[in-house]
Amino acid sequence: MDVERATCYPLRRREVVSGLLSDRGDLLLITGLGAPAWDAAAAGDSPFTFPLWAAMGGAAAMGLGLALAQPERRVLVLTGDGEMLMGLGSLATIAALAPANLAIAVLDNERYGETGMQPTHTAGATDLAAIAAAAGISVTGTVRDAAGLEHAQGDLRDAVGPVFYAIKVRPEDLPLTLPPRHGVWLKDRFRVALLGDAAVL
Amino acid sequence: MAGADWPRDIFQSLSDLDVRQVAFVPDAGHARLIEMCHDHDAIVTVPLTTEEEGVALLAGAWLGGQRGALLMQSSGVGNCINMLALVKSCRFPMLIIVTMRGQWGETNPWQVPMGQAVAESLKLMGVMVTAVEVAEDVGATVKEAGDMVFSGAGGAAVLLSQRLIGAKTFDDRIPD
Repeated sequence: MDVERATCYPLRRREVVSGLLSDRGDLLLITGLGAPAWDAAAAGDSPFTFPLWAAMGGAAAMGLGLALAQPERRVLVLTGDGEMLMGLGSLATIAALAPANLAIAVLDNERYGETGMQPTHTAGATDLAAIAAAAGISVTGTVRDAAGLEHAQGDLRDAVGPVFYAIKVRPEDLPLTLPPRHGVWLKDRFRVALLGDAAVL
Repeated sequence: MAGADWPRDIFQSLSDLDVRQVAFVPDAGHARLIEMCHDHDAIVTVPLTTEEEGVALLAGAWLGGQRGALLMQSSGVGNCINMLALVKSCRFPMLIIVTMRGQWGETNPWQVPMGQAVAESLKLMGVMVTAVEVAEDVGATVKEAGDMVFSGAGGAAVLLSQRLIGAKTFDDRIPD
């Protein structure tokens, strides 16, 4: 483990997410629990954002189900390194189905941010993008700076998927911006926006 | 006649329910059903590495307007427990079909702890449970459970008894 390494990373998570979600158009977004959900909320609420408040390890698999159901829409899963580590098997499942419209962006600060900034396995030798590539994800990479982010942002929005990027960001304890937390309402809001009023009748 | 080919009865019920994503960790008891789903153009089959992926997957499918079903062996129920928070918190429809081990005729005692805890575990997480012992009841039970969950009732599991699917033995694989 090298717990000091990440503190020198140049990329800041709120700026990264603000960029990823700028001009998001009809992008469908699933966020993993904790800081990625707060980051997305800070970038602005949308009915096409479904923030998880639990179900750790499930964000990527949830994105897969959504991507299969909506093959004409781009689906982005925005999650953290701890959440992704709990669902590594889902990368193999995603590779097996290979949805062209699914992209996963992991904000990798090498920390469990919500529980006190304890190091995750990526603070050691674990390389999430290498795991994704070995699982069979077609487009993968690790982002470490602004130039890399610009390239990754294009792939996350437009490349034929599945796409996976680990974006190395500095650990930061930021002011909370919370998304709505009523699960039934979030689910129905998303479905009505996507499918129309009939979705809840 | 219902029951004579109960895997086909389940397939027919899933088709009647307009299920479009079928997620599974393989099990011998589900093998024929999985093959039928795989061969059907309107259904996407999703092989999982662990059953909890299927709970999240089908929540995502529902967000996108598709219905799904999750197939697993009883040991897989234990892998799903925390992920079932999605069903209770958000009332995602979750239709689960479980082939049972650890009961009726089980010869592997290590299967018994989870098998015996399946129904109570699911109920603790708010999932409705119906156990089926008779082949003739399988198709209709799946259909009725699906009608409940897809009209907004949350999660329902249909447990297919080892009495129905046949207890697994090791005898035929041990050399004489």
